[in-house]
Amino acid sequence: MRFLDTFFDGAVMAKYLPDLLSAIVTTLWLSVIIVLGGLALGLVLACLRTLGRWYLTLPIVAFADIGRALPPLVVILIFYFGLPGLGLNLSGPMVLILVLGGVLAAFAEEIFWAGLTAVAKGQWEAGRATGLSFAQTLFEIALPQAIRMGIPPLVNRALAITKMTALGSVIGVKEILAVSSSAQSFSGSATPLTMAALAYLAIFLPVVILSRLLERRYAWAV
Amino acid sequence: MLEINQLEKSFGDTQVLTSIDLSVKPGELVFVIGPSGSGKSTMLRCCNRLEEPTSGSILLDGEHVTACHGAALDKMRLKIGMVFQGFHLYPHKSVLANVMLAQVKALKRSKEEAKARAMEMLDHVGLAHKADAMPSELSGGQQQRVAIARALALDPKVMLFDEPTSALDPELVGSVLKVMKQLRDEGMTMVVVSHEMDFAREAADRVVFMDGGVVVEAGTPEEIFGSPKSERLRAFLSRLHPSAS
Ligand SMILES: Nc1ncnc2c1ncn2[C@@H]1O[C@H](COP(=O)(O)OP(=O)(O)OP(=O)(O)O)[C@@H](O)[C@H]1O
Ligand SMILES: [Mg+2]
Repeated sequence: MRFLDTFFDGAVMAKYLPDLLSAIVTTLWLSVIIVLGGLALGLVLACLRTLGRWYLTLPIVAFADIGRALPPLVVILIFYFGLPGLGLNLSGPMVLILVLGGVLAAFAEEIFWAGLTAVAKGQWEAGRATGLSFAQTLFEIALPQAIRMGIPPLVNRALAITKMTALGSVIGVKEILAVSSSAQSFSGSATPLTMAALAYLAIFLPVVILSRLLERRYAWAV
Repeated sequence: MLEINQLEKSFGDTQVLTSIDLSVKPGELVFVIGPSGSGKSTMLRCCNRLEEPTSGSILLDGEHVTACHGAALDKMRLKIGMVFQGFHLYPHKSVLANVMLAQVKALKRSKEEAKARAMEMLDHVGLAHKADAMPSELSGGQQQRVAIARALALDPKVMLFDEPTSALDPELVGSVLKVMKQLRDEGMTMVVVSHEMDFAREAADRVVFMDGGVVVEAGTPEEIFGSPKSERLRAFLSRLHPSAS
């Protein structure tokens, strides 16, 4: 029974449930914005890179490499505690969106780019030979194939990044981990942390399952 | 119809094509033979500018293919159908969508019109019943016929074939050659790079022999296969049919 009291204390659960529910909402909307924004930016960057102009490629590659190399927490702290020194005050959620969205964009750009370079040269030639423009060939032929190749790594990256919304707890964002760990220190019970784990599962498990279906849907023999 | 004048092509320091002259008349089937590396593919690919010629000019119906850029080049390419050794169907699109894509996006046909034309062309190559299949569900021969339908649907003035049957199992070659023969009989202007010498004898109006980036000899199938003049052509033919010589 000690196990249940420690991790599943009914009274504690009831007390902190409302706070946790609003934290779940915060985590959800942050995740959605970060994933959509990050993937969109990564896609745009990868497309710009196909133009093969050094003045585009150079900054894109630098952004992707730096974004993938730096620990997100470091950047979050710099943005949140450092930028106000320059007179730029960003809210906690804003910092989280910018940094995590940016990191996801860096990874996504590389994944989309890897997919684009993996599309057979003959696909481009077939498109251009039938009178399609560069842009039409990119959007109708190369990109759909690149995106499908990228789905498994993109889903993994998106999941990893959304779980990092927990880093918001160090800059005062009231997301799941922040709320449950403060509840844990007030109540002295581990139950809020259990609730946090369950909340994360409830959000991400369906996404993982959905991604499996998606992968199967878009698998085709070559 | 298609006129190649003094075409030259180098990749870096290596000259691959040297002063190629070739004129293809309307409705003519010109067959191009030659050893590997002789520049046959490069010549075809210069005709629709998949390769950029180093110098020389290419004219289609009196219009300079070599002088257009951007959108004008895309328009020009619509008039030049190309069939590749490796088919290059779009794997993420159905057979029907493969044949419709450029019609809608490049020719700006309506969806209905493009679909009707696609079905007509698929029927022409004997694959109307496969319209909803994905390319991966087709045999190589079927994929190549879809690729031919995809090019034909754009109503090209000339069709270029680069070893259309080389990637096929022997038993599937016939179905593709049959479609090409049928096209010829309908009066399509065609340039065919291939090693199918029997097909050349049967269907070609003219055979061009290339070696080392130059046109060594050209003539009717009877002339080329029956009484080859140059030593290089004789050597090439005897390597193909050691028993015959
Ligand atoms: N993109 C390229 N860069 C450099 N060299 C090339 C390139 N494409 C072709 N070549 C060279 O040009 C020459 C002619 O090649 P091409 O493919 O036109 O020959 P081919 O007659 O079609 O041969 P095959 O029968 O093997 O297809 C070869 O020596 C080849 O190595
Ligand atoms: Mg070749």
